[in-house]
Amino acid sequence: MEEVKLMKGNEAIAHAAIRYGVDGYFGYPITPQSEVLETLEELMPWETTGMTVLQAESEVAAINMVYGGAASGRAVMTSSSSPGVSLKQEGISYLAASELPALIVNVMRGGPGLGTIQPSQADYFQAVKGGGHGDYHLIVLAPATVQEMADFVGLGLDLAFKYRTPAMILADGIVGQMMEKVVLPEQRPRRSDREIAEQCPWAVTGKQGRGHRNVVTSLELESPKMEENNHRFQRTYEQIRLNEVRYKEYYTDDAEYLIVAFGSVARICLKAIEDARAAGIKVGLLRPITLWPFPTEAIAEMSRRVKGILTVELNAGQMVEDVRLAAEGRVPVYHFGRMGGMIPNPTEVLDALVADFPTLKK
Amino acid sequence: MKAEDIIKPENKVYSRPRLLDERNTHYCPGCSHGVVHRIIAELIDDMGLEDTTIGVAPVGCAVFAYNYIDIDWVEAAHGRAPAVATALSRLNPGRLVFTYQGDGDLAAIGTAETIHAANRGENIAIIFINNAIYGMTGGQMAPTTLLGMKTATSPYGRRVDLNGHPLRISELLAGLDGTCYITRQAVHTPAAVRKTKAAIRKAFENALAGRGTSVVEVVSTCNSGWKMTPAQSNDWMAEHMFERYPLGDLKNV
Repeated sequence: MEEVKLMKGNEAIAHAAIRYGVDGYFGYPITPQSEVLETLEELMPWETTGMTVLQAESEVAAINMVYGGAASGRAVMTSSSSPGVSLKQEGISYLAASELPALIVNVMRGGPGLGTIQPSQADYFQAVKGGGHGDYHLIVLAPATVQEMADFVGLGLDLAFKYRTPAMILADGIVGQMMEKVVLPEQRPRRSDREIAEQCPWAVTGKQGRGHRNVVTSLELESPKMEENNHRFQRTYEQIRLNEVRYKEYYTDDAEYLIVAFGSVARICLKAIEDARAAGIKVGLLRPITLWPFPTEAIAEMSRRVKGILTVELNAGQMVEDVRLAAEGRVPVYHFGRMGGMIPNPTEVLDALVADFPTLKK
Repeated sequence: MKAEDIIKPENKVYSRPRLLDERNTHYCPGCSHGVVHRIIAELIDDMGLEDTTIGVAPVGCAVFAYNYIDIDWVEAAHGRAPAVATALSRLNPGRLVFTYQGDGDLAAIGTAETIHAANRGENIAIIFINNAIYGMTGGQMAPTTLLGMKTATSPYGRRVDLNGHPLRISELLAGLDGTCYITRQAVHTPAAVRKTKAAIRKAFENALAGRGTSVVEVVSTCNSGWKMTPAQSNDWMAEHMFERYPLGDLKNV
């Protein structure tokens, strides 16, 4: 029988990490995600699966611990919230450049600066456009439910290992803090040294009799070789673009207007859409699950069928740029956002839709 | 006459360590790095640790250490080697994990990582090359640059009112409960080289035995950065550096 639990999204991340067989978690407290580290310390997985949990002296140290663990082929992760994730950007760039799998969780709060501890989606650009220096991408997953918080730990790490690139769960303070029903994944064993040697022949584990040294580095001073490294990264990103786009559509079959929203905001929009449909307005929702790779094709396809698109985000208008690139001017694309920890209700979303598209006014 | 005519097994007193790669290094002639690399390569072989050692290279002149010693390596971001080594050590039991860091890496940008790894008593060995200057970037002032010492960013000499004091970070680390062995050595004479080798051996043994963090500071020369000949550098180091950075054990428990 399925084991249904009630817990916060942040707690689900912690439980799912243990169940996945994560080898190491390295974190630093910051609101609104501290429950991840707190839950792990409370569950003491070092006594059961042997998982290492360590409170680092800073987010900088935590992401570099992740770098060390990932370099040895271990399944490792960290979590933080916006200001802390800014501090991790150097390490994330190094992870991408060294082609290391790892999972980074960002439970977003309002910025810029110290900002607010309330929910936000203002780190979209940072997550999907780079964040750190150099040409790289993260696989970015946007959970809308506590169930997805749990599920995306495994999905993120699976994808990270499949493509040897870091993945990020880009959550917001709402989904991190709210409690919901969740079915946790089955407990998996941590991988053995032998499995790591087989699955990650590049891993730095000590030579272990393999006869040649493994080196994990992001440095290449010969420019032609560095360019080839960059081409290799881009080929990986191309494969990810081709194979890993994930999104969900709701009420799109007969939709005349489309809302695009991710994370918990998509759920607010879904309620707005139900209200709209009750009022005779045919609106659909497209919820990107992977923010990178972005569901460009799906939105392009919808832009051929609808009269207009509205993006709703907890920011000043970030994902809307990618939606506009997908729509290529076929239909108007508008943005409605709240910032600084303010969360719109369904009525505000519906009002914004009607305001942007005057033909909807009765 | 060929080299083989002179160097015969019966009169051979020294050879390239097996784990030191047969290739030219990028180090300047006279630099201390080469000697310390050789010591590490010899010890890992002597101690039978080739298959179980993970080195963590810094950013600085030793960034390419992984090209010279034939073991597994991770190249860390600037200053982050102790954090990288923390995870390597904790997630890979039974391995010798050591970092190799310069003064800028360990005592400036990486001060927090150094202090906290040492305070947690991570079972790692830290090899700390202190040559009082940033070598790789072209001779800028380091946290360990002596007062009055001229560098590219202290062209009129380091001033305490502008730049603060030369940092004796090993003394600071010796005060932490997580460290078991803090020593300051040099490699400017054969006797000093032997002492440094014994110190690094002890640091490796401590890490393997789980005794906590060991730091072997090697007061070193940077003749290019100091704008001296290698011989002048050794003399200058003995005359000036040892006064501020006296050799010997700071902690040995």
